[in-house]
Amino acid sequence: MITHSVIITSDKVVVDGQTLPHKEQGSAMLTELYRSHVGDYPKFFKMDTLCKVGFLASELLLNAEGDRNFEPREDRAVILFNRSSSLQADTHYQSTIQEADNFYPSPAAFVYTLPNIVTGEIAIRNKFMGETSFMVIEDYDEQTIMQNLANAFQDPVTESVISGWCDCMDEEHFEAKLFLNNKLSNR
Amino acid sequence: MIVCVAHNITSPLGMTSAENYSAVKAGLSKLRQYDGLWGLPEPFVASLIEREAFTDNRHTIVEQMAIHSVSKALENAGIDTTSEKVIFIISTTKGNVFLLDKREQGFPQERVRLGMMARQITEYFGNPNEPIVVSNACISGVCAQIEAMRYLEGGGYDAAVVVGVDVQSAFIVSGFQSLKALSPEQCKPFDANRRGLNLGDAAATVIYIRKDKVAENEWVACRGAIRNDANHISGPSRTGEGSYRALKATLGDIDPATIAFINAHGTATPYNDEMESVAIERAGLSSIPVNSLKGYYGHTMGAAGVLETVISMQAIDDNNILGTRGFDTLGVTHPLDITSCNRTTAKRAFIKLLSGFGGCNAALLMAKGGLQ
Repeated sequence: MITHSVIITSDKVVVDGQTLPHKEQGSAMLTELYRSHVGDYPKFFKMDTLCKVGFLASELLLNAEGDRNFEPREDRAVILFNRSSSLQADTHYQSTIQEADNFYPSPAAFVYTLPNIVTGEIAIRNKFMGETSFMVIEDYDEQTIMQNLANAFQDPVTESVISGWCDCMDEEHFEAKLFLNNKLSNR
Repeated sequence: MIVCVAHNITSPLGMTSAENYSAVKAGLSKLRQYDGLWGLPEPFVASLIEREAFTDNRHTIVEQMAIHSVSKALENAGIDTTSEKVIFIISTTKGNVFLLDKREQGFPQERVRLGMMARQITEYFGNPNEPIVVSNACISGVCAQIEAMRYLEGGGYDAAVVVGVDVQSAFIVSGFQSLKALSPEQCKPFDANRRGLNLGDAAATVIYIRKDKVAENEWVACRGAIRNDANHISGPSRTGEGSYRALKATLGDIDPATIAFINAHGTATPYNDEMESVAIERAGLSSIPVNSLKGYYGHTMGAAGVLETVISMQAIDDNNILGTRGFDTLGVTHPLDITSCNRTTAKRAFIKLLSGFGGCNAALLMAKGGLQ
């Protein structure tokens, strides 16, 4: 059963169906959201855009759930989907190696060239030691995401799952649609 | 139960599972030094496939290797890939990432998207379902198999074709070089003198179906688990948190004495191998032989979990625990029984263990004839 939901796009933020007010758009909006709703996690500024979007969506989702204690737990999984994988980070890293006479491969850029870094960032922030997984499908498909969610509860340790869509085309264009799902009423 | 009906490995060591297994059993590897390849300023050691062998100009080298691997696996599988009851699950980390290089021409830019790459594969086999790409860094190949098990258990599909593929390029090699993760020589998993990993090209396929009764000689994917370290995005946990938890969840109440070996990730980076030794000890499995296949293939990334599962199944079929090529002197602080050469075994089960960036870890228990 879905208990909470968050949508973040380049110009819109919705938590549990209620629009969240903000002044900025795009990447500036992400920084604004961080300052007004998180504030205590400077690692945010190191993240690539995919991670920033997924991280902020998970923060708003978990704030909506309330009672955040950051104690290690294994019973909560993070399973996300998207279309573009880590394309924004890939393109950025490629720019550091494109020219032979300007060849400076950046390790800081390279580590973000995997889509599942965002699920890792959410796990680290919240000490979630359960399943984390990232899958890529060419088109957004709620049925695939929901089937995967139901399948994820086949792991007997998993009691709840942060699932959904987290896609980033470039620094200014992104789309996250995250849900918190509880096992008990799901079966 | 989830049963493996066919498999293939397409790698520098051969184009079939049997060719690959016999090469590995004989201790062979195609790891060698490349100097100046792809315009890279620094030399590197890797296991690379002959690109010239792949001549279909409608598909990229990555797609061709995956298609070849699936075609070979399908030969004796009795699976109709045009059925909507068959799902393709593709494991890759970087797919066609080389297409981002401005010098690359001949393929539309959209093929850099993993979903578009995956569609080339399913379209080739006439499969009507949207393919799912598991992209969970280095653990993708085990995650894809767990995904397949869940799809088949959940009903709705009769067969799952799992194909893992990654092909090296300037993008990947320079990235690992920038992280100082590559060994300047052939890698030495778990060894005291290990200096890092080597990269490798491969595609590997397993085809799973669901069955109520299992014959003695059939391979069963019994149980798998994915767990996160919740520690660091690019460094393994000092307490082996995720790998320990994945091992524990996968083993369940199984008597460890029934496990022939743990086929570890064993990348030969100082931190990874040390972390695995911590995790294996914490899980109470220190007495079980451990091997790594990275000395034969290098790290084949998205293919690794599938390739290493297939080699390990064949080893048990041959009553063999493979030696760890490149290993000589134990170099991890928690004592493990690393196999330096091939050993015989009568046991019929093994655990495949992987860990990767993003703090993710995965384990998979495979048993011939199912769990007794």
